[in-house]
Amino acid sequence: MKQVFNAVLAAAALVLVAGGSAQAQISDGVVKIGVLNDQSGAYSDLSGQGSVVAAQMAIDDFGGKVKGKPIQLLSADHQNKPDVGSNIANRWIDVDHVDAIVDVPTSSVALAIQEITRNKDVAHLNSTAGTSDLTGKACSPTTVHWTYDTYAQAHGTGTAITKQGGDSWFFITADYAFGHALETDTAAAVKEAGGKVLGSVNAPFPTTDFSSFLLQAQGSGAKVIGLANAGTDTINAIKQAHEFGLTKAGQQLTGLLTFISDVHSLGLDTAQGLILTDAWYWDHDADSRAWAKRWSQKMGGRMPTSVQAGVYSAVTHYLKAIDKAGTDEARKVVDTMKTMPVNDMFTKNGKIRADGRMVHDMYLVQVKTPAESKYPWDYFKVLRTIPGDEAFRPLDKGGCPFVQSAGK
Amino acid sequence: MITLFGYPIQALMGQLLLGLINGAFYAVLSLGLALIFGLLNIINFAHGAQYMMGAFVAWLLLTYAGINFWLSLILAPLALGLFGMALERLLLRRLYKLDPLYGLLLTFGLALIIEGAFRQAYGVSGQAYQVPKLLQGGINLGFMYLPLYRAAVVVVSLVICLATWLAIEKTKLGALLRAATENPALVQAFGVNVPVLVTGTYGFGAALAGFAGVLAAPVYSVNPLMGSNIIIVVFAVVVIGGMGSILGSVLTGFGLGLIEGLTKVFYPEASSTVIFVIMAIVLLLKPAGLFGRTA
Repeated sequence: MKQVFNAVLAAAALVLVAGGSAQAQISDGVVKIGVLNDQSGAYSDLSGQGSVVAAQMAIDDFGGKVKGKPIQLLSADHQNKPDVGSNIANRWIDVDHVDAIVDVPTSSVALAIQEITRNKDVAHLNSTAGTSDLTGKACSPTTVHWTYDTYAQAHGTGTAITKQGGDSWFFITADYAFGHALETDTAAAVKEAGGKVLGSVNAPFPTTDFSSFLLQAQGSGAKVIGLANAGTDTINAIKQAHEFGLTKAGQQLTGLLTFISDVHSLGLDTAQGLILTDAWYWDHDADSRAWAKRWSQKMGGRMPTSVQAGVYSAVTHYLKAIDKAGTDEARKVVDTMKTMPVNDMFTKNGKIRADGRMVHDMYLVQVKTPAESKYPWDYFKVLRTIPGDEAFRPLDKGGCPFVQSAGK
Repeated sequence: MITLFGYPIQALMGQLLLGLINGAFYAVLSLGLALIFGLLNIINFAHGAQYMMGAFVAWLLLTYAGINFWLSLILAPLALGLFGMALERLLLRRLYKLDPLYGLLLTFGLALIIEGAFRQAYGVSGQAYQVPKLLQGGINLGFMYLPLYRAAVVVVSLVICLATWLAIEKTKLGALLRAATENPALVQAFGVNVPVLVTGTYGFGAALAGFAGVLAAPVYSVNPLMGSNIIIVVFAVVVIGGMGSILGSVLTGFGLGLIEGLTKVFYPEASSTVIFVIMAIVLLLKPAGLFGRTA
């Protein structure tokens, strides 16, 4: 009986889909893309204006039009506050008829946006938020999580360092959704690789002075101190760990989410030797270099972070999918995105899974010493390419409701 | 090993020392604020921005002119002092006859503009500033590794605070200043140029903020948000100490640094709020602040 019911349901869905495509079109004659991120706070260098520029480049490279309709870009500052972000998203969707919300750093804000875009059927192309819940418990059929997540960061770095002998860990964790997710995921990876976790401390977000937490980490006697934080928090923590001689005393420090902008700010003298996982590196191949140089010209000589490159890649793929699907209706576009491989300067043969996770290779990198660095922003050497299927959480382990019910 | 509340006493000593170091920053910053409020009755919300500018001036001097930390320690406060005096002459002066709230609004607006401008120019990740050669390295105290630079920060801050307090309380100039705030017309009648005195005081307050900024540059990353991160805490310190009480703000600065340090051990999640909880309690029990005189 149930099978019959399912069959009827499927047929109904097919009719609906067919009915939809018959009148497929671009709603209100324009495709509007809204970049919603932190433009003034801790994450504004690694995402911020640089992500807006990346999105604009994607639109310009696409020709400024899709299916003959103009593409318009909006941007706003969510100040890392879920309530501010929600207000902007609601206004964008209800008043401005935005079709896709892009970037959205800060996991707490991203999770709020996830609910809104799911309920209002708007695409959510997330590049900068960390929490792997976006494609797990909180997954949504209109969301694609593009660049990285806490699971990939945790497993890339946690597993590699533990296997190299760094088998006892202490965490300094940013006290909010993202930090806790990163710590939990890394602790799991460390234990899986045979290591143990000696302790952790929750530091308020943001924190300027980490010396107290670093002293606790030192006192724990752990071989590795994992920084489950990001942005200026990570920078301050690494800088002060250097000052307090933690690394000289033999403890290894790892920023579980460190971007190239953080390394630039720290300077190679302080950051050298740091091991980290990143989704993309500007100096990786000819394609990435060419794109990064174009971006750099618009951004006063800086080099893009992986998440800024991810915004370009995600927007480009989104526009291609609209072109193919012939509509800007969120579910259909995202479904189409999932059928197309991602091949661009960001990744080769990337694929978007049913749960919305874009699966691509990640890189375990080490920060160069000042002597190894030959030109500006020559910061990373790639230690290992982590294949996408190994880097990201397996589809059936995420607990995404609509993936699980489809599997049964 | 001796323990206290389940923590080895040695680890606690380390944490207390760190608290004292942070307290040194609070003390120097709240000293400037208390000075400006006590003598000029201005709630200087631009203090955080001036602190940030001090750090940036040091970084700019090093990066573009090769001027080292020690010279910056003199030049940056001078620059900030001049900036402060210009601000007082051009803008603040016009507000003295109005409610202090107008001064608060003006300085708050200025702080936003200054921070925005620096953010636009330099981003938020911050710039690297090395610890000066002479103070690199540290001493092993047995219970902790104390970076020389941080030890120097405490000593220098104490000296500055003490010197300022002595200058206000024990010198002729200080006496004139205090008199001028009580009754400007009378002091002016004695042939003292009160407006110049007031300009100088604001300039000195701004210079103190700049000085703290230079001190902070090698420990924290030099970034446009560093001022707004610390200014609210410093205001709480001044309120707890008693608005305008110089000695009170210095003692409270160091004391709250210690309390914050201990919170980071026993309940780290609350370390960013503990100062405000104390502020609420103090305001309930002693509205004028711990060292404030009730009018």
